[in-house]
Amino acid sequence: MNLNKSIEELHELLINNKITSNELVEESLKKSKEIEAKCNAFVTIIDNPKKSVISDNLLSGIPFGVKDNYSTKGILSTGSSNTLKDYVPFFSATAVLKLEEAGAVMVNKTAMDEFGMGGSGTTCHTGAVKNPWNLNRMCGGSSAGSAAAVASGVYPFALGSDTGDSIRKPAAYCGIVGYKPTYGMISRYGLFPFASSLDTCGCLTRSVKDAAIVVDAMKGLDEKDLTTWDSSKINLYNSLNGNVKGKKLFYIKELANIESYKNPNEELIKHLDNFHKTLNILKDMDVEIEEVSIDTNLLNALPSVYTCISSAEATSNMSNLTGIIFGPRGEGETVEEMMKDHRTKGFSPLIKRRFIIGSYILQKENQERYFVNALRVRRLIVDTIKDLFKKYDALIMPVGSGIAPYLDDDNDMIDNKETRVLEEHLQIGNFGGFPSITIPNGFINNMPVGINITGNCYDDANVLNIAYALENKMEYKNQIAKEGLNE
Amino acid sequence: MSKYKAVIGLEMHCELKSNSKVFSQAKNSYSEIPNSNVSPVDMAFPGILPTINKESVREALLMSLVLNCTQPEYVYFDRKNYYYPDLPKGYQITQMHAPIGVNGKVTIDMGTYKKEVLIHDIHLEEDSASLDHYSLASLINYNRAGVPLLELVTEPCLNSASEAVAFLEYIRRVYQYCGISDADTKMGQIRCDVNVSIMNEDDKELGTKVEIKNVNSFSNVYDTINYEIKRQSELKDSGKYNEVEQETRRFDEESGTTIRMRSKVDAIDYKYFVEPNIPKYKISNEWLEEIKKSIPVLPQERKEKYINELGLKEYDANIIIKEKDYADYFEECVKLGMDAKIAANYLTVNIIAYINKEDITLKEFYLTPILLNQIISELNKGTISSKQAKEIFNKSLEEKKEPKTYITKENTQISDKEELDKIIINILDNNQKQIIDYHNGKTNLFDYFVGQVMKETKGKANPSLVKEILSKKLQ
Repeated sequence: MNLNKSIEELHELLINNKITSNELVEESLKKSKEIEAKCNAFVTIIDNPKKSVISDNLLSGIPFGVKDNYSTKGILSTGSSNTLKDYVPFFSATAVLKLEEAGAVMVNKTAMDEFGMGGSGTTCHTGAVKNPWNLNRMCGGSSAGSAAAVASGVYPFALGSDTGDSIRKPAAYCGIVGYKPTYGMISRYGLFPFASSLDTCGCLTRSVKDAAIVVDAMKGLDEKDLTTWDSSKINLYNSLNGNVKGKKLFYIKELANIESYKNPNEELIKHLDNFHKTLNILKDMDVEIEEVSIDTNLLNALPSVYTCISSAEATSNMSNLTGIIFGPRGEGETVEEMMKDHRTKGFSPLIKRRFIIGSYILQKENQERYFVNALRVRRLIVDTIKDLFKKYDALIMPVGSGIAPYLDDDNDMIDNKETRVLEEHLQIGNFGGFPSITIPNGFINNMPVGINITGNCYDDANVLNIAYALENKMEYKNQIAKEGLNE
Repeated sequence: MSKYKAVIGLEMHCELKSNSKVFSQAKNSYSEIPNSNVSPVDMAFPGILPTINKESVREALLMSLVLNCTQPEYVYFDRKNYYYPDLPKGYQITQMHAPIGVNGKVTIDMGTYKKEVLIHDIHLEEDSASLDHYSLASLINYNRAGVPLLELVTEPCLNSASEAVAFLEYIRRVYQYCGISDADTKMGQIRCDVNVSIMNEDDKELGTKVEIKNVNSFSNVYDTINYEIKRQSELKDSGKYNEVEQETRRFDEESGTTIRMRSKVDAIDYKYFVEPNIPKYKISNEWLEEIKKSIPVLPQERKEKYINELGLKEYDANIIIKEKDYADYFEECVKLGMDAKIAANYLTVNIIAYINKEDITLKEFYLTPILLNQIISELNKGTISSKQAKEIFNKSLEEKKEPKTYITKENTQISDKEELDKIIINILDNNQKQIIDYHNGKTNLFDYFVGQVMKETKGKANPSLVKEILSKKLQ
């Protein structure tokens, strides 16, 4: 067993010829098959992964997984949707190319909620992904397969994408690290779009350092993505020094304090209690932490704003899926009928619901009331948080309201539970394009939970360094899902 | 003529020249081979993102300046969402919220009067793929998908088919003069939508607007408008104006009529919203100034100069400004010192006829202004006659040899006054009797003297010069 190790440890073994890349890849493929049988985590396990030469690059020879919404040349890329069930792209996403240039070896494509539009990992066209800590529970989504695989020790890292919390939520549910960098740090070219103004490429790893190494390799200006920015002066890996003395963090009182909830269940009580205990660890490192109050009207608007903007952009982004140029050709007498047939058969009900919402709010007569107002509220929320970033180094929050739900709990319907905003607040990171990282911070009922740190745009190094310092004071770094913990 | 006032608005789409497409890096050039200038972006494969061609933005800004429009502070784009097989992404990237130019104005010359045309807006967008329909299938060619397109929308301010066509001609010429489009209707580079309504002269409100889509030549625009005015007028005359519906029609070339496509009630909601993948781009004043400086002298200005400063007739000036190539050629000739009227005459009579017959462009024409000058300068000096000039012109074109190779001692005229003087004195000395007869009234002997000079010089004496000298000496 080698793949439970960190990237640095594996690199050490590789350059000292203690192990070959081929052996690592073989081990990863074997583990992939095992986890596929157990968790249903993959769309494709690659038969003959590309060989790689070991170099000074920390990633050379290291196997990794790629979420199935990344375009990978010559390898099936479905976005976990029936509309692309046989689609083999002829070009690779920039992020994947950069990792391959670094010498990393892609071994599988991971299952996800269809086109990233779900938070459960249960709406993949290949079926639900199961949580390796407890096979009756979900991984969360949409980067479900990536989270399950990294948590199981298939490889040290996998790519994810994050539109609302699609990297950071499953990371918490699977007891690993999930990092969404600043918007535009990594090129989205080749990432199947969900909501372009929110979509961010990122990774899932078992340590902050590994996340830094992976994003260092993926980031950079790309002429194919006009929203990328020049981060050549930033080296995340070298910025990790663990020095956080004097840093100032804040959390949102209305969401993170148990007093805000009228009928908290036991899980929520434990989760928030655990969150505050983790804050104490930081305080012991001379980090200042303050509680900040934010207008509940603004907070309560979060999920609706997200639904409006993401559904609207998604409706438009996925209009290319007609079965004419790629994807299974629909049947019908006219082109319109063929498109309709393709889309009716191809999309799951969850996606269709979002398309209808998106279309509705973009209609001329509704746009001002829904879409334009959602954009305004997004701006208000971002301005509020940016204001706070003038005073604080980062926002620290619990991820979700507890542990991964049971698979049959899947409920994407819009609900009005009082924990709803607590479940969805990570969307703030996408609204502002903020760098945001989730790390594991404990267990409730033998299931992992996570804590999230979010900072201002372009301040990735700072965010990662705080997470790095905290991680080192806890015992969850590099943890592998322990089997047999099923209730 | 209808007794009603026609109100016409135009939407004119024009493909722009550039190396690559407007939102992708595929080549922007016409190709006979279908689907040869295509990138993954043009076919909307999953994961593609738009790029932006700065050259296309520059061209659009240039046009915005020429049309006296107001430019936005930032350039950004919108998505126009609809499903059609020629639109791979399911949306067109265009400009709705902040067009590259708004509230413009140009004045066009209608001959007897000037017409002010108001521009509602001008915006940059991408073209769709083209479809070929066959009985069993339709084929899609993505070469055109993503080609930069500039759409110009006028206010409903034109009142006749002639005004509409004059405006379109004017704009086409501007495109060509600015070098940002070949604006060739035959190549489908220009496509128009025409809006027509009629009203009583003193009505306060406009009548019902009918839109005729995709009219692809200026003569069709002319016919479309006149047909619609006639159709609507007849309905109004017979008290059936309520049958004129706000609808979209198309022009049927064969019958010369318009045919209903869909009612405005079925109009598509395009669900416009800002394209999130192209960040807003601030237009700097420096850039605008730079673009302004690059605007060439436009046809109307050139025409006025030709008439007022170079003394051309309006008829000739109009022919010359029709194409930028013509005007540039003409101006080059004048710059080389040729007589403007002679150069204009050669261009409008001989050269244009020749290139039309040979089906070539003026750029491909063998006799460049410099070569043409070899003929005209000799003609000016009198070394060759205008008849000879024409012959050399034709021979040079035929054999593709420089005109000067045909201008030799043997075939040039004697225009040296002193030399001719000597010859003439000699002849007169030998014809004393004829001189007396001439002075006694036999004036037709003048031709006899000319004939003697020609005989002596083997026909090479410059005849007008000979006549000039002779008439002086015989006084």
